[in-house]
Amino acid sequence: MKIKSISNHFLKVACLALATATAQAKPTTAECNTTGLAVTDDTVTVGQLHSATGTMAISETGSIQAEQLAIDQINAMGGVLGRQIKVIKEDGASDWPTFAEKAKKLLVSDKVGTVFGCWTSASRKAVLPVFEKENGMLYYPTFYEGLEQSKNVIYTGQEATQQILAGLDWIAKEKKAKTFYLVGSDYIWPRTSMKIARKHIENVLKGSVVGEEFYALGSTSFGSLINKIKLKKPDVIYTAVVGGSNVSFYKQLSAAGINSAKQTLLTISVTEDEVLGIGGENLDGFYSCMKYFQSQDNPNNAAFVKAFKEKYGPGSVIGDVTQAGYLGPWLWKAAVEKANSFDIDKIAAASPGIELTNAPEGYVKVHANHHLWSKARIGQWQKDGQAKILFESELIEPDPFPKGYQ
Amino acid sequence: MGEYTSEELQSIFIMQSFSGLSLFSVLLLMGLGLALIFGQMGVINMAHGEFMALGAYTVYLCSSLTEKFAPAFGPYYFVAAIALAFVICAALGALVEWLMIRHLYHRPLDTLLATWGLSLILQQSYRSIFGAREVTPTLPDWLMGSYNVKEGLDIPINGMFVLGLSIVVTITLMTFMYRSAFGLRLRATVQNRKMSDAVGINTGKVDRLAFSLGCGIAGIAGAAFTTIGSTGPDSGSRYIVDAFLVVVSGGTASLLGCVASAFGIAQAQSILEFFLEGTKGKVATLLVIVIALMIRPQGLFPSKVRGN
Amino acid sequence: MPLFFRTIFKTRGEAIAFGAFLLLLLVILPLAIPVFRLNLVGKYLSFGFVAIGLVLLWGRCGILSLGQGVFFGLGGYCMAMFLKLEASDPITTAIQSTPGIPDFMDWNQITKLPLYWEPFKSLPFTIAAIFILPSVIAFIIGWALFRRRVGGVYFAIITQAIALIFSLGIDGNQGYTGGRNGITDLRTLCGWDIRSENAQYILYFLCVVLLFTVALGAKYIINTRLGRVLVAVRDREDRVRFSGYDVAMIRAFIFAFAAMLSGIGGAFFVLQVGFMSPSIVGIIPSIEMVIFTAVGGRLSVLGAILGCLIVNFGKTTFSEAYPDLWLYLMGSTFIAVVMFFPNGLAGLLEKIPTSKSKFASLLARFQKTTPAVVTKATPISDEN
Repeated sequence: MKIKSISNHFLKVACLALATATAQAKPTTAECNTTGLAVTDDTVTVGQLHSATGTMAISETGSIQAEQLAIDQINAMGGVLGRQIKVIKEDGASDWPTFAEKAKKLLVSDKVGTVFGCWTSASRKAVLPVFEKENGMLYYPTFYEGLEQSKNVIYTGQEATQQILAGLDWIAKEKKAKTFYLVGSDYIWPRTSMKIARKHIENVLKGSVVGEEFYALGSTSFGSLINKIKLKKPDVIYTAVVGGSNVSFYKQLSAAGINSAKQTLLTISVTEDEVLGIGGENLDGFYSCMKYFQSQDNPNNAAFVKAFKEKYGPGSVIGDVTQAGYLGPWLWKAAVEKANSFDIDKIAAASPGIELTNAPEGYVKVHANHHLWSKARIGQWQKDGQAKILFESELIEPDPFPKGYQ
Repeated sequence: MGEYTSEELQSIFIMQSFSGLSLFSVLLLMGLGLALIFGQMGVINMAHGEFMALGAYTVYLCSSLTEKFAPAFGPYYFVAAIALAFVICAALGALVEWLMIRHLYHRPLDTLLATWGLSLILQQSYRSIFGAREVTPTLPDWLMGSYNVKEGLDIPINGMFVLGLSIVVTITLMTFMYRSAFGLRLRATVQNRKMSDAVGINTGKVDRLAFSLGCGIAGIAGAAFTTIGSTGPDSGSRYIVDAFLVVVSGGTASLLGCVASAFGIAQAQSILEFFLEGTKGKVATLLVIVIALMIRPQGLFPSKVRGN
Repeated sequence: MPLFFRTIFKTRGEAIAFGAFLLLLLVILPLAIPVFRLNLVGKYLSFGFVAIGLVLLWGRCGILSLGQGVFFGLGGYCMAMFLKLEASDPITTAIQSTPGIPDFMDWNQITKLPLYWEPFKSLPFTIAAIFILPSVIAFIIGWALFRRRVGGVYFAIITQAIALIFSLGIDGNQGYTGGRNGITDLRTLCGWDIRSENAQYILYFLCVVLLFTVALGAKYIINTRLGRVLVAVRDREDRVRFSGYDVAMIRAFIFAFAAMLSGIGGAFFVLQVGFMSPSIVGIIPSIEMVIFTAVGGRLSVLGAILGCLIVNFGKTTFSEAYPDLWLYLMGSTFIAVVMFFPNGLAGLLEKIPTSKSKFASLLARFQKTTPAVVTKATPISDEN
């Protein structure tokens, strides 16, 4: 314990020294804040807007923790432009009007420099007009359906094509898959993702889709669906089921005798977070396509996982979105320093081209369309709830409005 | 469906009937406790789902404790956990009845609102105690997987388990209601409270027992559902509408009605979901129920008694 | 006029309370708080329409509907469809594969505006639909159920199931309804930017004025013969029926009227919040609307409005400060209200014993004069 605290301390001192050595001359508040944001000579206030309560709290907790971790680390290094980051946390309570209300509060009353937040597409759609009207900046961590691009949002997760295409190519090649059964929860992300997947399967892979179904969020009975799957015998079940339904779906799948020995299953909605609820034994051998897995083997990730577990307990796990949430504060810091200003317009203009070489997922770069260049990875789930990474794509260009897939 | 062999179709037919049966057992378990409380006592327990979640959390706790202190007990803990879930939920039910429900018997609509307040409190306490994430107990191996009758025909073991459990619970409850002294007193109280009081039945005690019995059954249901679904702070609210519809369309007077309506709804939903895709199946099922209720509001087995 | 006035206000205290409340909302609040908060108050008040409907329906007539969110949603969606069509002109939506249709339709490969969206290009039609659609649907549902003497608890549960069907239906048809995301990014009303501060002030005042007009109307109904018949239906349905009244018709009418009010509330919600989503029409929001009413006082029109303001204000501020405690507080408040103060805040104010001080006697007369009877729902056995 003692050794750890000493080494921590040492780390902090080293970071501070490094920060002071490399930091730019600290600009005055008048210079770096011309639009009346909550920036003082020593602090800058940012907002964090997630669901701490309600149905989405399950998913959003990881992002809240990762963003806080990144902010703590940045503060320990001396902050942004010599200013410590103060966080105002707001709870969207899994309710979209509340998200809009709180977003407005953060931007109008608190004048925050930026906001890290939102998880579901619905919450992002609810706050987007607020951010555009009040000219705020949102760092959005979730992989999502694309079809959106805003000056006021930086999307740190993958848009649909980045996540889907490489994964489908891999499974078609490795498993000689020709027939696919698509299953999703009933809202825009799974629907758009399945639309893209279907076009890719039919037009590029020359395969066929033998079934496509969407179930209401919170559905718990999948008996009939599983029977239909058994009847159609697809080469691959391709799923985007989310939330509580996820657990029921995989439990019933395994109870119906569909396991990885008999059936290939590729999902775009299961991260380490979900595995906790589903149970590793129910997923053993199935594949996920994500840009990040906790088991990724590189020094950045090792440091990130260690810091995360130190702060939130050894039992905590890190999923794709959690890692993407962690990138937000670092990307913002880099943009602010590049612009030498906290002004939203200048950050938005400075963001494209920003690179993070020390991201846990590896190298990422902000595209002119405010999405990230990133890789897609295929992980195979093991009994212990971690994924074995089998494949890593090249760096994929984000393309939120993909031609030929709309 | 010309592209399938008759053997395949046969297997699917069997499995589809089984998935209907397994949904039936789920609905029945959810509905039984509610039918007792609502049908017999006229109390709307909106916190019914939260009692189910409590049962599920009990199993989760037992599972974690077993893993930690007595791993050898692993294969058997589940049965003990179900019993414990019953006891805990029944105890909480009795407490709730004593503190809250008994003051509201003459205002049935208000029990609905008060128990909804209770459900909020329970949900938040689960969140504070167990965290917002969904949890899954480690299930004993004998509950996992499926029984492979022949190639392409698998019957899930957990489905069979829930089915068996729901049959046991139903039969026990029926026996209890129609063959025991308590059942007699309860039925007497339902039919004519004043007269029952007059002949020396302690109706207050009967109410408390019935309520806590209903909650206990909810606990068993919740415990059984850990084999097929997940447990989260608000997983209870996912079941509540289904449970109410089962009870309402069964008619309130008899438990038999509850069994019949659970069977009907389960078959309807499982068939509609097979032929319609996803959400549409569920919406169609609900529409069928609501329209049926508009035509026959008293349910399948209406009360024959006019008590006041 | 004085006669009309006297029909609405039974005592001077009531009139004073009404005036004071109006003064608070029309003058004091707009001066005291920034427009952003005022906009929130406007949002809370849009639930006031639903609450007034519930006072008539539930408090006065004894019918508990757990599906008011459906009608709130119908009104809201009508408004949102109109605004969305206006926001989707071919120039702003040029990036889409089919310009000129709402963005979510384009995302769902719909290439032509569905037929039933067409009339919502017209504002008069939209306004008519906001008034008519919820009330007609409510009347049909109500008539079908009440004619068969479904009431009390059964009605509550069936309306709850309808709320579930409605929200699932919206979720499941996202190409036509916007699905779970709802209809977002609404900008202008006939070219007038509803997101500007100016517009938010005007919409707020419009909402308050209309709400209080509706409140006056509701008080008028309560104090006329219809109001007394409603109470009679609640307390002794059979006797009303024997006296020759068509109980089913009375109930269906009041249900339709409450639904219409909910629809108006939904439209104001959309105008002030700027989007519509299925998350405010389902089971939980519908119950929450009942909570507002119960906390404020199910018998009192003013109390119900007050309930909307207080619960929502509490939700906003308390959930900002202690998100974990909020549900505990809400749950226990609710239990306490139901068990100890069935007539809510309004009933509480009424109970304050009359003392010598003028202030206290004013307070005592502050609210309704209706005796604080415990609302008794019709016993179940009467329904069969």
